[in-house]
Amino acid sequence: MTFSKNSLFTRQELIGFIVLAAIIFLLLPAVLDNFRLNLFGKYLTYAFVAVGLALCWGAGGILSLGQGVFFGLGGYCMAMFLKLEASTPENTSIQSTPGIPDFMDWNQLTELPFWWVPFHSLTIALIAVVIVPVTFALIIGVAMFRRRVGGVYFAIITQAFAAILTILIIGQQGFTGGVNGITDLRTLKGWDIRTDEAKEVLYFVNAFLLFGVLLIAQFVRKSKLGRILIAMRDQEDRVRFSGYDVASFKIFIFCLGAAFAGIGGAMFTLQVGFMSPTLVGIVPSIEMVIFCAVGGRLSILGAVYGALLVNWAKTSFSESFPELWLFGLGGLFIAVVMLFPNGLAGIWTEQIMPRITKLWAARAGAVAPIPATSTEEEGAI
Amino acid sequence: MFSDYSMSELGAIFAMQGFAGLILFSVFVLMALGLAIIFGQMGVINMAHGEFMILGAYMTYLVSNVFAAYLPGLFGMYFFVAMILAFIASGALGLFVEWSLIRHLYKRPLDTLLATWGLSLILQQLYRSVFGAREVGVSIPDWMMGSMPVTDMIEVPINGIFVMVLAVGISLAVYVMMFRSNWGKQVRAINQNRVMAGAVGINTEWTDRLTFGIGCGVAGVAGSAFTMIGSTGPTAGQLYIVDTFLVVVFGGAGSILGTIASAFSISQAQSIMEFFLSGSMAKVLTLLVVVGILMIRPQGLFALKLRK
Repeated sequence: MTFSKNSLFTRQELIGFIVLAAIIFLLLPAVLDNFRLNLFGKYLTYAFVAVGLALCWGAGGILSLGQGVFFGLGGYCMAMFLKLEASTPENTSIQSTPGIPDFMDWNQLTELPFWWVPFHSLTIALIAVVIVPVTFALIIGVAMFRRRVGGVYFAIITQAFAAILTILIIGQQGFTGGVNGITDLRTLKGWDIRTDEAKEVLYFVNAFLLFGVLLIAQFVRKSKLGRILIAMRDQEDRVRFSGYDVASFKIFIFCLGAAFAGIGGAMFTLQVGFMSPTLVGIVPSIEMVIFCAVGGRLSILGAVYGALLVNWAKTSFSESFPELWLFGLGGLFIAVVMLFPNGLAGIWTEQIMPRITKLWAARAGAVAPIPATSTEEEGAI
Repeated sequence: MFSDYSMSELGAIFAMQGFAGLILFSVFVLMALGLAIIFGQMGVINMAHGEFMILGAYMTYLVSNVFAAYLPGLFGMYFFVAMILAFIASGALGLFVEWSLIRHLYKRPLDTLLATWGLSLILQQLYRSVFGAREVGVSIPDWMMGSMPVTDMIEVPINGIFVMVLAVGISLAVYVMMFRSNWGKQVRAINQNRVMAGAVGINTEWTDRLTFGIGCGVAGVAGSAFTMIGSTGPTAGQLYIVDTFLVVVFGGAGSILGTIASAFSISQAQSIMEFFLSGSMAKVLTLLVVVGILMIRPQGLFALKLRK
């Protein structure tokens, strides 16, 4: 097998993918008990968002602080379907209006709102998981990028959207379940999602989908589109003067990131069994950025590692030293920006890889010339 | 929705809600002024702005306790001491943060955003460890209690008036500093052309640091004023940060007048709608309108014409 510059993977990248696959498919299920594996399943759903961010922010230079919006929209679409399945007239016979979700009954609603009705169908719900976030991203993207709004303004406005959606969900309790979110989800087409076996199956579904998303991301990065994105990030005007429609590329990558986040949200709902506005707002949205930043904003595999590591650290810290976690997270934000802006992936390609290759070369008798490691930023995996 | 009320009642409602809006306006102005200096003039996104404000609020809390314990005779005057101390504390922290963090990141605005967010998390946890997770309130001096009747249907609280007066005073002070002082002239020069400003002998590094410090100090004073109308908790700053940024962006970054105008329109819209809709829907609608207008006119209401 040859690894030319134009094939989908370089040798290093392929090894990176295989190592990550080995960790996620073999190592983690082998060493973790059911409870921990379920937790890692949850972290994997964040990794979807982080991969999307690596494309938007790392490659495209668009920092969105509203990824939680798309994560939440995807998650809510899934949760609505599951909630409707759980609210059969038999299950809800004690309500004054049987057959509607319990929180609607508590809020004196007597019939299902019209926009809930399509979510009786799994097919529509699955389509909505991707289409709703993408449509939303399309509207924001067209409005903003066509007017050449970018950088910090874009970040602030996406953050405002995260705030708006949270307030809206909490305020419209009767339609959305309010601050508690949509809870008590039971089955998916009759398959109980609450059992340990189901959680394990979902973990693997998550992992497969994540690799699907990673392949798409890798394809995008390697394609001409990916190169234009990086060119745009570095010299937007020059790309524009070369005749490219900069806005369309930005809109596309932003929508792709939204689609990834939507899938992640839907999987979160399945894996964890609820969806709530605490996953939509400003704080979770900006935390999703740190997953990507810790992993290395330029690297899609790094984003996955970042999501897993930061969340794992969060869980272990909050279990033993709840007060220290915010110091740790705050310090992480500062450290990642000040000390290692390319994250773990940067440390790997800049510090560890050169040493390993040197070591190998020395072992081989120092005859073979040291293979040039990739110094291009975009070559970092 | 108007038909249930008589004409005079409607008038009173609008007046009272308008006044509530004026208090909200004062709070917005106080918070946004510091941000308008830092974000508008320097282009630095300071996500920890709310925490600088809360620092001012906690300083006021400390000073009020000290006065209550040691100088009960002068308790009526403690607020003015507190305000000055709040300015100094927040300003000093601002100088330190600029020196240790911000100055390394001027070329990377998005990274500044993330780093200051990290700073805000650390400060929040620090406040929680020092002052406890519960909200604290200060005891307001007697002369600020109660309300003033304007007509038989309309009453206005005195602490609200005080905060409004303060907002006007600080706006004037910022205006004078910005447009009449040497420092203001230098800040505006740097904003227009950094390289040339440096070439004519302005110490750009020091001016940046001072600007950041003053912006943070103003935030501290805002927090100090904030204690007069609400209680202070470790995470109170985070609640307002998005609103404040929207106020500044909506007004047109770099324009002090624009900031005030946008604070006025946003706060009035929100508080008048609050009476007829639920609080959350009023907020959602206001934010949506603001974001909608920003999409049509990204440069904000009053944009400075600059060549970048």
